[in-house]
Amino acid sequence: MGAHHHEVVSVEEQFEFTAESKRNLLIGMGIGAALVLIGAYMLSQGGGHGHEAHGAAGHAAEHAHDHAEHAYHWTQRIISNLWVNSVYFAGISVVGLFFLAYNNLAQAGWSAVFRRIPEAMPAFLPVPAIIILVLAVGFGDKLFHWMHEGIMDPSSPHYDAIIAGKKGFLNKPFYFIRLVLYFGLWYGLWKVLRNLSLQEDEIGGTENYEKAIKFGTAFLLVFGVTSSTSAWDFVMAIDTHWFSTMFGWYTLASWHVAGLATMTLTIVMLKERGYLKAVNESHLHDLGKFCFAFSIFWTYVWFSQFLLIYYANLPEEAIYYRERFSGYGGIYKAPFFINLFLNFVTPFLVLMTRDSKRTPLILKIACWSILVGHYFDFYTNIMPGTVGEHAGFGPVEFGFILLFACAFIWSVSTQLTKGNLIPRNHPMLEESLHHDVA
Amino acid sequence: MTDANKKFLVGVYDDDDVALAAVNKIKSAGVKIYEVYSPFAIHGMDIAIGHPRTRIGIAAFCFGLTGFLCAITLTTWTMGIDWPMVIGGKDPLSYPNYIPIMFELTVLFTAFGMTITFFLSNGLGPTVEPLLFDPRCTDNKFVMAIDLSKNKMSEAEIASLVKASGAEEVSVKQV
Repeated sequence: MGAHHHEVVSVEEQFEFTAESKRNLLIGMGIGAALVLIGAYMLSQGGGHGHEAHGAAGHAAEHAHDHAEHAYHWTQRIISNLWVNSVYFAGISVVGLFFLAYNNLAQAGWSAVFRRIPEAMPAFLPVPAIIILVLAVGFGDKLFHWMHEGIMDPSSPHYDAIIAGKKGFLNKPFYFIRLVLYFGLWYGLWKVLRNLSLQEDEIGGTENYEKAIKFGTAFLLVFGVTSSTSAWDFVMAIDTHWFSTMFGWYTLASWHVAGLATMTLTIVMLKERGYLKAVNESHLHDLGKFCFAFSIFWTYVWFSQFLLIYYANLPEEAIYYRERFSGYGGIYKAPFFINLFLNFVTPFLVLMTRDSKRTPLILKIACWSILVGHYFDFYTNIMPGTVGEHAGFGPVEFGFILLFACAFIWSVSTQLTKGNLIPRNHPMLEESLHHDVA
Repeated sequence: MTDANKKFLVGVYDDDDVALAAVNKIKSAGVKIYEVYSPFAIHGMDIAIGHPRTRIGIAAFCFGLTGFLCAITLTTWTMGIDWPMVIGGKDPLSYPNYIPIMFELTVLFTAFGMTITFFLSNGLGPTVEPLLFDPRCTDNKFVMAIDLSKNKMSEAEIASLVKASGAEEVSVKQV
């Protein structure tokens, strides 16, 4: 009776990545791959739009050297899809580490019981890292305007003075170095924190915790810079002429809330499967608050960026919203508003009351809304600049989402098996087990 | 906020854990506790005493909604009906411009409304004499008040219960 009474629950839990889950994930990946192949075949046969003009005249135009760089090829849609998903899942993965790092720095106690879940997320980073690096090196000109041949060469017919003015930052060597640095630093620091945490399970004490605070803080310093620069490099640089001073924050907000939704969803689903018994309603309540608050934060930043551009109405800035609102035959208008609806309206209304944050089903609805919503967020940010009017929702899009999601779940599940599901010797665990927000 | 000449039994505790345990003990003996006064918030105390959950969240939502509607009315009336002005080439009634106003008024109404609600429901105000059973509850003591008129048990019975639960001092106060 009373709030102070807590059942003593065991903290010894071993997650089992069952053969059945593995089989389901493999089936998911198989369906994803099949969808991608079917979609790619359809696209290559001209199933997309914009190929009607490819008669003799279109063919001639393609060969005219002047327009070669703007000629659309169906593979661009494949590349863009890979890029959207890689950027999205790289963000979700790294946010796991971000969450750990700021919880360490704040010496937060409440989160100790479920910290193995965010801890498992960054393990997926190498997958998007390799895809992003391969695409940037091999197919950069299909994604980035500034990578086009001769764009920074004054003697070239493709010369663009504005883009050439950004050469100091947007040049291939520096760009590739940055990409390697991002993933190297994120993954490396995650490895350090992860090993400290797993070792803590065996040796106890507070030494590893103190070290984790230091390395976590180092990561926060790194991420403070790289979250912005990576947002420019992954997304903003696609619309090379355009820029927004809000963009780093905006993308971080998007990644962050998507990562929090992933964490919350994972925790709720683990609980449903009988794991994480020590996670109580107060933990769920606070996770719900996190999702609620950072959905509003994302909306705040999204709107701030929009309002500045809308109010000033400078053509070179307003074009960005023009393209998404009414450009390319208006195909981006739906994703643009779906984005706002799923990422603001749903979580705002659904997670507003206290009881809803304590109800697993409602948490799941809100988290799915956020996760789908932020896919649309990256979709509307990336696609207009890479494929423009050729975008759409077909087998390729769904296939890639399925492939990435299954691979991500596989990676997280594998990581969860690598240690006790609850960090049994974490110095804050006792506080976390008694977490009570009434 | 209190009727004149109400009799309260007041117990003074030295330790918050003892006070919380005392609340559970006394309540399980069937005594209704009026309130426990403490220099800091004691986790779980409100639940232990049996206070109903606060409804301030509902009040906040209503105030926020009022503020939001006021902002819509204000901007629509001033810019759309009474004195339309073209600013920055925008239509006089372009709502994206007014979202900051809606946001601000929602927050303003919510904050003020909640503060006023809090003061009213707690009987606090500039001229109101606060109900203070023992001034040491603002410093280092934990003070439990039991409304004797709301309890069937006799004064002596309750007093011995309170004493047994670890109270340092037990007294009866008329307010």
